[in-house]
Amino acid sequence: MFHFDVVTNWIDEFLRTYLSNGWTLFIEFVLIGIVILAAYAVLALILIYVERKVCAFFQCRIGPNRVGPWGLIQSVADMIKILIKELIKIDRADPVLFRLSAFLVIIASICTFGAIPFDRGLHAVDFNIGVFYLLAVSSLGVVGILLAGWSSNNKYTMIGAMRSGAQLISYELSCGLSLMTIVMLSGTMQLSVIVEQQTYAWNIFRGGIPALIAFIVYLIAGHAETNRGPFDLPEAESELTAGYHTEYSGIQFGFFYLAEYLNMFIIAAIASTLFLGGWMPLYIPGWESFNQVMDYIPPVLWFFGKTFFCVFLTLWVRWTIPRLRIDQLLNLEWKILMPICLVNIVLMALWIIYV
Amino acid sequence: MKIIDELLAQLPFATVEQTGKEYIVSVPAENLYETASFLKNNPRHPFDFLMDIIGMDYGDSLGVTYILSSTQFPGYILVLKTELADRENPEVDSISELWESAPFYEREVHGFFGIVFLNNPDMRRLFLRQDWVGYPLRKDYDADPNINPIPLSDEDLDQMEDLPCIEVNQGNKFEDHHKMFEAEEYVVNFGPQHPATHGVLHLRVSLDGETIKKVDPNFGYIHRGVEKMCEAYTYPQILHLTERLDYLSGSINRHAVCLAVEKGIGLEVPERAHYIRTIIDELTRIASHLLGWGSMTMDMGSITAFVYGMRDREKIMDIFEETCGGRLMTNYSVIGGVMNDIHPNFQRKVKEFIPYMCKMLKEHHMLFTGNPIARGRMEGVGYLSKEQAISIGATGPTGRASGWSNDVRKIAPYAAYTHADFQEILRSDGLTFDRYMIRLDEIEESLKILEQLIDNIPGGAYAAKTKAIIKLPEGEYFQRVEAARGEFDVYINSRGDKYPYRLKFRSPSLTLVNALKHISIGTKVADLIMLGGSLDYVVPCIDR
Amino acid sequence: MNHIKKVLEGIWHLMQGMYISMLNFIRPKVTEQYPENRGKVFPHQRMRGQLVMPHNENNEHNCTACGICQTNCPNGTIQVLSKKELDEETGKEKKVLDRYIYDIGSCIFCAICTMSCPFDAITWTNEFEHSTFTRPKLYDKLNREGSKLKKKGK
Repeated sequence: MFHFDVVTNWIDEFLRTYLSNGWTLFIEFVLIGIVILAAYAVLALILIYVERKVCAFFQCRIGPNRVGPWGLIQSVADMIKILIKELIKIDRADPVLFRLSAFLVIIASICTFGAIPFDRGLHAVDFNIGVFYLLAVSSLGVVGILLAGWSSNNKYTMIGAMRSGAQLISYELSCGLSLMTIVMLSGTMQLSVIVEQQTYAWNIFRGGIPALIAFIVYLIAGHAETNRGPFDLPEAESELTAGYHTEYSGIQFGFFYLAEYLNMFIIAAIASTLFLGGWMPLYIPGWESFNQVMDYIPPVLWFFGKTFFCVFLTLWVRWTIPRLRIDQLLNLEWKILMPICLVNIVLMALWIIYV
Repeated sequence: MKIIDELLAQLPFATVEQTGKEYIVSVPAENLYETASFLKNNPRHPFDFLMDIIGMDYGDSLGVTYILSSTQFPGYILVLKTELADRENPEVDSISELWESAPFYEREVHGFFGIVFLNNPDMRRLFLRQDWVGYPLRKDYDADPNINPIPLSDEDLDQMEDLPCIEVNQGNKFEDHHKMFEAEEYVVNFGPQHPATHGVLHLRVSLDGETIKKVDPNFGYIHRGVEKMCEAYTYPQILHLTERLDYLSGSINRHAVCLAVEKGIGLEVPERAHYIRTIIDELTRIASHLLGWGSMTMDMGSITAFVYGMRDREKIMDIFEETCGGRLMTNYSVIGGVMNDIHPNFQRKVKEFIPYMCKMLKEHHMLFTGNPIARGRMEGVGYLSKEQAISIGATGPTGRASGWSNDVRKIAPYAAYTHADFQEILRSDGLTFDRYMIRLDEIEESLKILEQLIDNIPGGAYAAKTKAIIKLPEGEYFQRVEAARGEFDVYINSRGDKYPYRLKFRSPSLTLVNALKHISIGTKVADLIMLGGSLDYVVPCIDR
Repeated sequence: MNHIKKVLEGIWHLMQGMYISMLNFIRPKVTEQYPENRGKVFPHQRMRGQLVMPHNENNEHNCTACGICQTNCPNGTIQVLSKKELDEETGKEKKVLDRYIYDIGSCIFCAICTMSCPFDAITWTNEFEHSTFTRPKLYDKLNREGSKLKKKGK
């Protein structure tokens, strides 16, 4: 099995033979930063293309098909378009907060992105409190959204931002609680350790019914965290035109757009890391030859495969189900998901003790 | 009818004419309110449905014509006319207290004829800007572009919120001004450019958090003056304008004008033409309901369902293109029949479409009707009682969802509807879910009509011969048809010319926006959009 | 208990909806790809695309320049410009068609012109690609250069 730590360790040793410890670290940090930003942008382009294509297929359409074969470079063309668009100055908007909020949203998203374990050795931030870090950083985004809505001097954005505040803060709870069940199961918050633990059985199999419940709850709550349909109330294009980012143009709008798609990816990545074994291949105990075949597939592919499976699930839901109303949304969280999560934690405790 | 004769005998100041099921009652202006109130509130035959208010310019005097009908005996129509001799200061008592539909109609008449309705609390112009000079539908209107140049500035919001009115208190008239919104209210503009207003409609909404306190619709952004244009067009030319009112039930509107003119010149239309027109009308209704269903689901955030609706509608558009030559503007009915005979493939394609649509309807129900989110949003929201529906005049699926039996195809059958056996779909609750369901059920019912008619199209000519120049004999002609959104009426006042002297269309959508104004109070912003979708108004129909 | 039943029912209906959208995911797509399907998909024969004046092989048409189409047109789309010409057979001056101007920019395809024409001089084609960059290109002269009225009895 080929792990990426071979490459990263080689780079590290190579640098250390020529440079002092401080310089090595500096160059490595810069490299990591560049790689993360590049991966972020490329993934966003891929996701935008995937979303448009999948959405089109659900709707009996073909989707992008003009730029490049099968429209493959459509999103690149869109990116160039968005980069050269004018940044419109909004009359009587708060200029500092208006500019700042787009950065807040994307910074929160990139910080979370850095903590995702793509493979052994392809893991930028590996705290011993990884899960905690993920939750903390990803919830910073709501500040950006609130500020964007507030500073735009527009009533639609204001309503959108307020909805978003109510929504994100509520769903943070189920998100955290469903991850807690897995933390209980693995006994650690370090993401790399959690993945290593799932070598022989993914958490969703190892944890049994409570893990399955937690997985579903996490997908729902995570979906709501990303402000995507059926939970796209802050945007709600048929009600609030574009919600909190109505007034943004050019690359600043692009930041929101990028962050939205990457958040979708991040939620799917966390779900696959914590529940579906991250980059671990699928092993079935007793089927040795099958397990060996699985080993030939590189772990990075396993990771992306699982993640895109989760992404597809969210897309499927998004393009099928109508939008909730704000009271339904809060009811779903506080009356259904929250109690389920709390009961589920007890269940998980019982599962750990008795199974 | 005997009861109506007896009722009208109690009005000594009224002169009554009767032609068939239409009664034309003329009263002096000072007795108008009294008459209207008597007709509405009498227990034996209450004329509780105000179909339309029509402004008239008779040349030397102005006039207002009210068209009334009863929900108990829906076939009978009472045309209540009054004349106002004073062209400078025409005034008549408002009946806005009697019917909830009256305020909008009176504002429309006020804007176009300058007739002031005393005691109507809101005397803004409905379609025109408040600073418009002159009254366009009067015969002596000066259309010089220098008088009303193309405005380069936005309409003044203060003027839009200022409601002028003339009140009468114990015989003393005095001018008054109301305010639409208080200064501290949080007023949000929905439209004129907004994804969910289904056209260029402007709703000014006062919000308390997300809850709606007040809605003030503002029309006229795409007003084209169709009624004024019609006065300069011959009857065959008028037809194509009708399709551009409610473009989703275009051929039904066209059918109405054809019927009215044919009735006027006493033309016998071949049975084959009646059948073909009926089939085309029902296909139009299905297409319109599919789009209405789709846009309602899209208003609720489910774009996929909208695309499915459009996909199925495309099949109908294809049938139209093959037989009529047009897709949206079918342009098919002409005075005397239809333009061409049906295409040889027409019957086969319709017969293929019926089972396809039945299958797709099942899928639509599975996709959306059962969905718990959709059900949760639609149930218990937007209650329109039967009484209110009648008072507002919300005809069509909206009224039928509230339990008001108002299907013109049943109460005043026209074309080939007498040959088809179909049900009028009625629901009793008047909630959003009922308005949603009734559309899908009506598609099913329309398919049944198609099934019965498609194989039985009689032979013969597809159109009767008409004279090269069609002149309608002097008189008033009134025709009701059931468009996809409700009752569409044409009123033609002819003076024996090849042009109509005055032509008025009853827009079903205007009443639906009026209904939206009433039922959306107390709901959420998201509900306002959904209610708009459930009422399914079409703005070009309002802005005639 | 009732609550749980409702939740389960809701999930069942959600699954049904998801099934329908997946069904459409794998169904063949209905999109027509426009410029590519030129020559493969045609509009139906009755589709009103453009007004034309058919000419026969001798460059003759049926239009007598009577102007009925012009008076019937609701939008002023048609202009029939006639000229006086000496008829060789009778020796009298006669009105003949000079130019038949059709403005597709204001045409609404109501077909009153073709229906009212007593000589079937004009008809419709399926040509629907009308877009141009300049407005004057929307004006079209329908009678060909040097064309004549078809002689009666031919």
